[in-house]
Amino acid sequence: MPDISALDLARIQFAFTMAFHIVFPALTIGMSSYLAVLEACWLRTGQAVYVDLYHFWLRIFAVTFGMGVVSGIVMAYQFGTNWSFFSEFAGGITGPLLAYEVLTAFFLEAGFLGVMLFGWTRVGPGLHFLATCMVAVGTLISATWILASNSWMQTPQGHAIVNGRAVPVDWLAVIFNPSFPYRLAHMGTAAYLATALFVGAAGAWHLLKGHDNPAVRKMLSMAMWMALLVAPIQAVIGDLHGLNTAKHQPAKVAAMEGHWQNEGDAALPLLLFGIPDMAAERTRYAVGIPHLGSVILTHSWTGQIPGLKEFPADERPNALIVFWSFRIMVGLGLAMIALGLWSLWLRRGAALYRQRLFLRFAVVMGPSGLLAILAGWVTTEVGRQPWVVYGLLRTADAVSPHSAGSLALTLALFVVSYLFVFGLGIAYVLRLVRKGPQAFDLQASPSGGPGAARTPARPLSAAEEGQ
Amino acid sequence: MDVDVSVIWAGIVFFGVFMYVVMDGFDLGIGMLYPFVPAREDRDTMMNTVAPVWDGNETWLVLGGAGLLAAFPVAYSIILSGLYLPLIFMLLGLLFRGVAFEFRFRAHEGERHIWDKAFIGGSLVAAFFQGVSLGAFLSGIRVSGRSYAGTVVDWLAPFPLAAGVGVMIAYTLLGCTWLIMKTEGPLQQRMIAVARPFAWLMLAAIAAVSVWTPLRHAQVAERWFSFPNLAFLSPVPLLVLAAVFFLLRSLRRDPHRLPFLMALAVIFLAYAGMAISIWPHIVPPYITIWEAAAPPSSQKFTLVGTLLILPFILLYTGWSYYVFRGKVRAGQGYH
Repeated sequence: MPDISALDLARIQFAFTMAFHIVFPALTIGMSSYLAVLEACWLRTGQAVYVDLYHFWLRIFAVTFGMGVVSGIVMAYQFGTNWSFFSEFAGGITGPLLAYEVLTAFFLEAGFLGVMLFGWTRVGPGLHFLATCMVAVGTLISATWILASNSWMQTPQGHAIVNGRAVPVDWLAVIFNPSFPYRLAHMGTAAYLATALFVGAAGAWHLLKGHDNPAVRKMLSMAMWMALLVAPIQAVIGDLHGLNTAKHQPAKVAAMEGHWQNEGDAALPLLLFGIPDMAAERTRYAVGIPHLGSVILTHSWTGQIPGLKEFPADERPNALIVFWSFRIMVGLGLAMIALGLWSLWLRRGAALYRQRLFLRFAVVMGPSGLLAILAGWVTTEVGRQPWVVYGLLRTADAVSPHSAGSLALTLALFVVSYLFVFGLGIAYVLRLVRKGPQAFDLQASPSGGPGAARTPARPLSAAEEGQ
Repeated sequence: MDVDVSVIWAGIVFFGVFMYVVMDGFDLGIGMLYPFVPAREDRDTMMNTVAPVWDGNETWLVLGGAGLLAAFPVAYSIILSGLYLPLIFMLLGLLFRGVAFEFRFRAHEGERHIWDKAFIGGSLVAAFFQGVSLGAFLSGIRVSGRSYAGTVVDWLAPFPLAAGVGVMIAYTLLGCTWLIMKTEGPLQQRMIAVARPFAWLMLAAIAAVSVWTPLRHAQVAERWFSFPNLAFLSPVPLLVLAAVFFLLRSLRRDPHRLPFLMALAVIFLAYAGMAISIWPHIVPPYITIWEAAAPPSSQKFTLVGTLLILPFILLYTGWSYYVFRGKVRAGQGYH
């Protein structure tokens, strides 16, 4: 591999470990809130369907959470092992934000997760519900801090550069930097949407297999309401986020649009297809809708944005990657909106649970939320290159001084381990999904009352994995 | 009064890493004890003694890293790039160990052995490379300016490798005494039998480190053997001997909590001894805590939150341990 530099390998390693990681927190953010809603509905109505669904999704949540934790620890240490100059430069800012994430989120999740998973027979229903809520809140707090940190790297402010290091001057400005609210809203909504699509696909799959019962219907129905409401909201948030990016990171937006230069006062088309060519400085085979680019990007009929040629060649992100990752994200988003509208149409007369074409579409859309998240992250992270801290520190200056050889070794170890561990982990998640919700025997596992004195529950594994 | 925030931060990082060592220590120890306990039911029980708490235990490791990054970014970037390979191996070990908690109960009967092995292997690898990292850290990290100046295999030396074995012994002893506290019957008896040799091994390991470090580092020798330090510090080794004595004695008479408490004491003393040896360096032997410090605005911002939030964390972590108090019997769990 003579052509691959240590920097490339470090970037591939970060992208690889990050891409695996992000999927799990996205699902745990959505699923923990879903579990809190299910438990609340059960406590209010006492309907068995909610407690059945709770215990079904709890197991899937636990496996997902475990994978999120172990892949997340890798991320926490990779800043130092692989990006030591970044840590030295920006550690005074990202360090405290990460420390607050650990203090306010990770411990909260970890402290109450045990009770949530194992405490059904050891604490009362109120305390158990509290534990579920704390875990859900913890995942959201975690997202808040990590997005504050990432947003600061994209749109830094509130700092001064002293002796070649970023020194915080105004913490409120650091945290509430210009892109933070948009990123947080966009990612949080994406997590809920991705989970809803996953849950909906599980329900649709069981219906297609003929496993029609109230629990399966309930999960499909709840998920489709969520998609119907949240997918259009996400489109609006995404639009606002795009305007914010156009203001603060114009080169990224130019790359997303494959836009090289303005021709006089001509309005921008919206390119549906094209192959941006970095060397030739143009977008080949461009197919676009006139004026729509101006309307979306500037909210005016003939507005313009700077083209890529207005930026020095060594400050342009890779337009080919950004152009297409952005289109994948938006395309999937439009399909989600269509799914939500279709589900609303089918609700008359319960066709929602019977129409096979729709159910198949819902199954296919199961992973779409996660794919859209990955595509979105590629857009925003590749789009900010060559900067790791926008305008302040280049990625090439952030990397640890390791040889290509040792990076290649660790990359190979990560690839092999991740494919094995998470490959089987995802298989276990799908195996749990395939089992479907079972009737949860409340008599056999009493809840409420003090812990140690209670008789231990009948081991659920006996019923569930009863060969 | 002038408060030195860097000293407080050194204390917090010291505390965070210690919490990690003892808490994840006993659950990594359980992984290393698996080979001594072949029966499926017993292995389930062992795992279920820590399943509700392991995630919280591991969070202390992240706090240690994040605290170091927040308060001493220079040390974070030098130490983590200096210990590159051992830390990556440790992370991969923790990866296999961590997923085993859930995957083991999800696997079909025929696949379960994979996750038993992942649990054992992950625990061994994580513990060993934590020890290697510790050993390499103690024997000094080569620095030029504010960057790491050694090679990627500086840790491949007798002392770090011996320290790796030492940490494996320490964690196994912790795991063993934890299980004496949390189990009963034949499993507990087996753990009592295993605890005895490991207590002796632990003592031997501490003795070896105590002789080895001062011999290699004049600075450490001076810290310990000059007057008046000798008078202040001599209780440390004496307390170690006392704790091991009580540990061994308690194993002979229907033990419950005492062996675990004594193992904790031994490990605390050994850990404190190392801190005494390197103080006030955070990248021994070159960089002190003040030279590595983050800007005061960073240290103070994080300190306020840490001092406010840490008591609550200790409170609800304690509550969670309280909820799962008592002996663990076969068949308990949520699976």
